[in-house]
Amino acid sequence: MRYMLIIHNDETHPVPGGPGWDDLMAGYAAFSEQLASFGKPFSGDPLAGPDTATTVRVREGETLIVDGPFAETKEWMSGYFIIEADGLDQVLAAAAMVPSAKYGSVEVRPVAEM
Amino acid sequence: MSPATAGKGRVGDALDAAYRADRGAVLARLIAVVGDFDLAEEALQDAFVAAAAAWEKGGVPKSPGAWLFTTGRRKAIDRLRRSSALERRHRAWGELAIAWDAWDAGESDLPLADDRLRLIFTCCHPALALEARVALTLRSLGGLSTEEVAHAFFVPVSTMAQRVVRAKRKIREAGIGYRVPGPGELPERLAAVLAVIYLIFNAGYLPGDGDHLVRVDLCEEAIRLADVLVALLPDESEPLGLSALLLLQDARRQARIGDAGQPLTLEEQDRSRWDEVVIAQGLERLERARGVGRPGPYWLKAAIAAVHSCAPRAAETNWQSIVALYDQLLAWEPTPVVRLNRAVAVAMAGTPADGLAVLEDPELSEALRDYHLFHLTRADLLRRCGRVDEASVAYAEARDHTANLAEHAFLDRRLAELGPETSNSGRLRSP
Repeated sequence: MRYMLIIHNDETHPVPGGPGWDDLMAGYAAFSEQLASFGKPFSGDPLAGPDTATTVRVREGETLIVDGPFAETKEWMSGYFIIEADGLDQVLAAAAMVPSAKYGSVEVRPVAEM
Repeated sequence: MSPATAGKGRVGDALDAAYRADRGAVLARLIAVVGDFDLAEEALQDAFVAAAAAWEKGGVPKSPGAWLFTTGRRKAIDRLRRSSALERRHRAWGELAIAWDAWDAGESDLPLADDRLRLIFTCCHPALALEARVALTLRSLGGLSTEEVAHAFFVPVSTMAQRVVRAKRKIREAGIGYRVPGPGELPERLAAVLAVIYLIFNAGYLPGDGDHLVRVDLCEEAIRLADVLVALLPDESEPLGLSALLLLQDARRQARIGDAGQPLTLEEQDRSRWDEVVIAQGLERLERARGVGRPGPYWLKAAIAAVHSCAPRAAETNWQSIVALYDQLLAWEPTPVVRLNRAVAVAMAGTPADGLAVLEDPELSEALRDYHLFHLTRADLLRRCGRVDEASVAYAEARDHTANLAEHAFLDRRLAELGPETSNSGRLRSP
């Protein structure tokens, strides 16, 4: 089964150049290696901050574009992985290894195969 | 609502017995084979219905469990053949076919133990909501209907049904495996299973609502489930610890409720009404667990209960050992409730003022602000220190924080006793 790991961060998360950043990056490098060692396809990327977001809606044929949304909650989506695993237990173990899980949270969702 | 209970006579009795003894195991095996909770449950229901007629005609089979499994599996295949292509896509046709081949190749008996263990761990998976874990466990392994589980937990049947449907869907769609966790995951996952069983017991032993003080059916179900776990995981000490704890508490069932339906404290209970046989069973498990591994939280709780069980009179309770056991328990569970219970033991081992000093911790009082036993314990200690006015306020607080009618009656009695002639006899509630 394929799963998406949706990474949510809050303001305690290290920022580039700040304290803890280098460790975090080393952690992600190790995590990617670990995923690769499972021998199953995976992908994933970090996202730029919520202040860079733009929202698109189509209503009655018209495209509406607005700035935002700006995170009103304390956590925002900051990145994702899509991995293949044999069941939830395996992917939960992987999610616990995501370095950002120490700061924010990792939401695990199965991909709905159509 | 067991399909078997309607039966009468020899076949009816056999059906009842099979429902009681074999249903959980057969269901576990069917789920393993067909890979689908709902299909397995429906098929087993079909098998019970078929059994009523078939056993009447051809006699009760030698192994009712094996008969029900074989028939249930055939019923599952019938159901799959009748179902639409869309439904079938959700159901594990492939797995069923594989299992069918294995069976025909000469598999002769039911390898039940592993399947039941898988089922317990699946039902109690931490990715499911706690209420759903309890409901699934009682339904799948306890043989209770959704209606019965709903009544046991005082929620509308529709709410409980929704919980069960949602949990089963999540098991299927999120890929919660039908498996026993590996050694690395086992301690954490086993703790989740034990917690569900203990919660079921406590729902029977300490119902927080309504006017009953004990619901025997839930207590017995929890004891049975703990026994199943002991049998399935003989090398783990905590299932034995839990089993011991449940038995030692349950042994006091008859003595726990007064003539007017009010709860009695350990000190007030008539110890001759404690069930000696059940206590002996509890102590045996406690002792057996000691040989298996280092003491965990359930073992420690059982050991505390055992100190009470072994005191012929309340005044002879070895409170020093109880304080020592609570100190060990705090290392596992540094929770406010454990600290509260330890305070009671400290008061009994020393003086009421010693116990009160533990409770005066502001962090603890804040954490337990809405817990009626905190106020009740404080009230008892204040009363015994002669601080009557403060005790009255605390009793009233305790009353405001419980919905159990029988507890209300108990607290009203306490409040009345605090009139001008305050009794000085120490009647402390103990866990």
